[in-house]
Amino acid sequence: MDSLITVWNALPFIVGGSLVTIATVCIALGMGLVFGVPLAVGQVYGSPVVQRLVGLYVWFFRGVPILVLLFLFFGLFVGLGLPVEPFLVSCVVLGLTSTAYQSQIFRGAIQSLPQGQLKAARALGMSDGAAIRSIILPQALRLSIPGWANEFSILLKDSAICYVLGTQEIMARTNFVAARTHEHLALFAAAGLLYCLITMVGLYLLRRLENKTHIPGYSTGMN
Amino acid sequence: MMQNTENVLRIHEISKNLGGKAILKSCSLDVARGELKVLIGPSGAGKSTLLQCINCLIQPDSGEIWLNGQQLRRHDKKELCAFRTQVGMIFQDFNLFDHLTAEANVAVALRKVKGMNRHDALQRAREELGRVGLARRAALYPAQLSGGQKQRVAIARALAMDPTVILLDEPTSALDPELVGEVLAVIRDLARGGMTMVMATHQMDFARALATEILFMEQGVIIERGTPDALLAAGAGTRTQAFFTRLQDMGDESAS
Repeated sequence: MDSLITVWNALPFIVGGSLVTIATVCIALGMGLVFGVPLAVGQVYGSPVVQRLVGLYVWFFRGVPILVLLFLFFGLFVGLGLPVEPFLVSCVVLGLTSTAYQSQIFRGAIQSLPQGQLKAARALGMSDGAAIRSIILPQALRLSIPGWANEFSILLKDSAICYVLGTQEIMARTNFVAARTHEHLALFAAAGLLYCLITMVGLYLLRRLENKTHIPGYSTGMN
Repeated sequence: MMQNTENVLRIHEISKNLGGKAILKSCSLDVARGELKVLIGPSGAGKSTLLQCINCLIQPDSGEIWLNGQQLRRHDKKELCAFRTQVGMIFQDFNLFDHLTAEANVAVALRKVKGMNRHDALQRAREELGRVGLARRAALYPAQLSGGQKQRVAIARALAMDPTVILLDEPTSALDPELVGEVLAVIRDLARGGMTMVMATHQMDFARALATEILFMEQGVIIERGTPDALLAAGAGTRTQAFFTRLQDMGDESAS
């Protein structure tokens, strides 16, 4: 009973952290989208130098643990004299990491399109830029939504690790209360449920987006 | 520079190697306004490669391409895009844009290449779809159309750009037999209307009836060329005729 009361009393504080969590994840996902798409385009259509550079970026951010990156960028921010704001550092690290993963989702989607799509666009006199914008990306982004939903759920859970910098998200706040009340089981069960809930809502919204952007009559694979 | 305004399209000694193998060896072709040139030959002969070299979807290794008396500088991207708007292309497997409706498929290049506004582009698209008998299918997506309808949308898409020449790369080869006729009918109408075309096909009866000239290709070389009458006359002894006879025999076999 006592633990339930503790959780109940701490709930507004912890749920308040979900706003920070959601903000972090949205910013990081947005960053990943904005930078990941051009990276994917560069990796597929770019010159060998561009392809190599993108490969290097992806190799680095997929290879280094987020925990290490958080401390690394914390140090980097200090070294460069940038404002050492935990929330900002968290967003940058998660955003850059997600960029790497998302670029590979988009690359796979672009490469799964039939070659004829680009050929037909070129044959009509479209520049490669126009063809990529009007023909390739609208199709590739649709195909990316399931992979993107996966990336969202992974990123959401990865965001918990940002508590090490003192970002005031769900995990940090739960940990803060737990350290004072010693009700670890109940508090972290509540935190876990909260993450599940956010994942569920996010995946539901993405599923709706997938249905909404579905091309009539078009099926890939086993539909 | 020599000017030859008689020929709309002039292909001069195009060669292409891929992986150390010569796919095209010095192929030349002059097309006058209103002509229908038909490329015939076994698969792997280089017909498709030749057509795709003409609008540089595959960059030739050497050779010249002239349109309306002007030589294409094929590595100049802007010039190449402008050239391609004048040279329509129909593909074997249609290559419609899967995420766009039939009318948007036709309209997209009008908007993105010719800079037309949405309303005008869609109106033009509907006109072109009407021309190929698909006015009532304008709002459907490619996945909702039959193969023959898809290919007619592709033809409408090419026509909307007001091309000087249209290249057709085996436009009926991917179609079920009962759908071939509707596509050939559209191409026949274009030929009769004076459209200049270069077409690779296995439809020998069509070629015989409508081609101004047949070019027989084998192993990357145009080995015979002439009017259908000359090449297909009884006892002409040409490779074209032998090929024609073989195709007919195969057709009879599959029909029986």
